[in-house]
Amino acid sequence: MKALVAVKRVVDFNVRVQVKSDGSGVVTEGVKHSMNPFDEIAMEEAMRQKEKGKITEIVAVTIGGAKCEETLRTALAFGADRAIHVKEEGEVQPLTAARALAAVFKKENPGVFLLGKQAIDDDNNQTPQMLAALLDLPQATFASKVEIGDGKAKVTREVDAGLETLEVTLPAIVSTDLRLNEPRYLKLPDIMKAKKKPIDATSLGDLGVQAAPPVKVVKTTAPAGRSKGQMLKTVDDLVAALKTKGLV
Amino acid sequence: MSKTLVIAQHADGKLNAGVAKAVACAQKIGGDIEVLVLAKDGSSVAAEAAKLAGATKVLQLDNAANDHNLAAIVAPQIADVAKSRGATHVFGPGSTFGKDLMPRVAALLGVPQVSDVMAVHAPNKFDRPTYAGNAITTVETSASPVVATVRLASFQAVAASGSAAVEKVSSGATLPTHTTFVGLAAQKSERPDLQSAGRVVSGGRALASSDNFKIIYALADKLGAAVGASRAAVDSGYVPNDMQVGQTGKIIAPELYFAIGISGAIQHLAGIKDARTIVAINKDPEAPIFEIADFGLVGDLFQIVPELTSKL
Ligand SMILES: Cc1cc2nc3c(=O)[nH]c(=O)nc-3n(C[C@H](O)[C@H](O)[C@H](O)COP(=O)(O)OP(=O)(O)OC[C@H]3O[C@@H](n4cnc5c(N)ncnc54)[C@H](O)[C@@H]3O)c2cc1C
Ligand SMILES: Nc1ncnc2c1ncn2[C@@H]1O[C@H](COP(=O)(O)O)[C@@H](O)[C@H]1O
Repeated sequence: MKALVAVKRVVDFNVRVQVKSDGSGVVTEGVKHSMNPFDEIAMEEAMRQKEKGKITEIVAVTIGGAKCEETLRTALAFGADRAIHVKEEGEVQPLTAARALAAVFKKENPGVFLLGKQAIDDDNNQTPQMLAALLDLPQATFASKVEIGDGKAKVTREVDAGLETLEVTLPAIVSTDLRLNEPRYLKLPDIMKAKKKPIDATSLGDLGVQAAPPVKVVKTTAPAGRSKGQMLKTVDDLVAALKTKGLV
Repeated sequence: MSKTLVIAQHADGKLNAGVAKAVACAQKIGGDIEVLVLAKDGSSVAAEAAKLAGATKVLQLDNAANDHNLAAIVAPQIADVAKSRGATHVFGPGSTFGKDLMPRVAALLGVPQVSDVMAVHAPNKFDRPTYAGNAITTVETSASPVVATVRLASFQAVAASGSAAVEKVSSGATLPTHTTFVGLAAQKSERPDLQSAGRVVSGGRALASSDNFKIIYALADKLGAAVGASRAAVDSGYVPNDMQVGQTGKIIAPELYFAIGISGAIQHLAGIKDARTIVAINKDPEAPIFEIADFGLVGDLFQIVPELTSKL
């Protein structure tokens, strides 16, 4: 069984982003980028399922500009067998990404399609669910455990109330949550090996995908900041401060 | 005129508290607000929804397949009802339920989604957070209907003072059989619900064990507070996943928040930006949490917390 894994290049989670003063967006030039952390978890899961013999081939896919090749190389270093680069220099919003991934799905016919639950740049949390809808396939989002069986998978999901378990037929769309696994550290030999693995280039046009009407970003602003408050010395000071504010 | 369909989240025959906040957001759109209850038997939930101030109608769609409100099963029915009712907007709460469901609805309707609406400027113009809340974008959509999730921490629940009529509806949508509910392992707790509590006490990695978390619970109980945690505390297994506060956990807006043994990573701060008063207790005077705390106390939490609990 083949697994597809969608990986997105995003501003690294450790970067404190700066909003541009003209309101046109955040500063991304000269800022460290990495694979979206949830997508690393998706790659790691694909690898673990492969190591368990549940998956035979892993194909990583991204939609984005030339720089996204780095992200595909990272996926190949994780252990993906090959990669697909849907080249698009413009902004790619979730519905368009989902359409492109659906087109790739139809070409590749995987048994499972793993994605991150949320890209930490736009924080949309939409693409996997849209992809599942477009393909009329089951969705198991926010997964913290994936057990692949015969033609089916049992997936435990992190939900507000606790942990929900679903059984889905395969093929299925799975989105990863933080507790699914801890991604491995990439070793130099794997990074070297990744350089020789194949990346197929394609485009939205080649895939016959029409970009969805975008949600237009009118402006970007910095949030109302919180200012540093009072440092207190003792527990008694804290109790007094809370009482003065009428909080206790 | 606008008509907003608000999807009712519910469990065990009770309406989820987030729905009253989604209705509050829908009120900013203007026009009609119809609350759609999908259930096996939605009578009690529909009756509760009918009381939401601002709701003009409650639509009750009963179907045995709706028992667990699985996204794959309810989404086609919602898309169907949205079309037949001529909805201009379809809103869901920004809970894991809404986040799982609404993009599926949007894709079935062939429209993009606006996630985590925090303010409404116009019926098609909204503010939403990106980059863990470090950049707020104002977005405009030309799609119809407008499908969105509502950031619950940004809206005050509407009162339970209304009396909307309940109308039974049905849908001819074909429902998939590829997804089955197996079970829900829910933490039963006598404490207030984390997402709607007025006071929240959270512990971080510094607690170092699930046993040590008892000092957090003791403080919370003294205050009548809900208990939360950082990702590190959840990852380490000290507390269950549903207690994670932050960018990728629960976004909360209590009157009073205690961050105890939590460093204040941007991902954690994303979940507490709307708290009215933040108290931080940390042994490291340089911890970033102090940059945003209203009251800070430097020291060992294992001494400070029990002392605080006894003095309150
Ligand atoms: C994709 C992604 C999503 C994430 N989502 C979230 C999220 O939703 N929520 C979240 O919380 N995090 C999230 N994180 C993780 C986040 O980056 C931090 O790693 C995490 O918040 C750290 O948790 P912590 O503050 O408990 O631990 P640490 O950063 O290790 O901090 C522990 C603190 O305890 C203090 N301390 C230690 N001992 C004592 C003592 N005896 N008394 C007092 N203080 C003491 C230390 O000084 C330190 O400041 C996410 C990360 C990623 C990559
Ligand atoms: N442009 C893209 N290329 C590849 N994968 C993507 C892209 N956009 C979204 N995804 C996948 O969808 C997940 C959720 O993204 P989002 O819906 O944008 O929050 C990500 O974690 C990726 O796995």
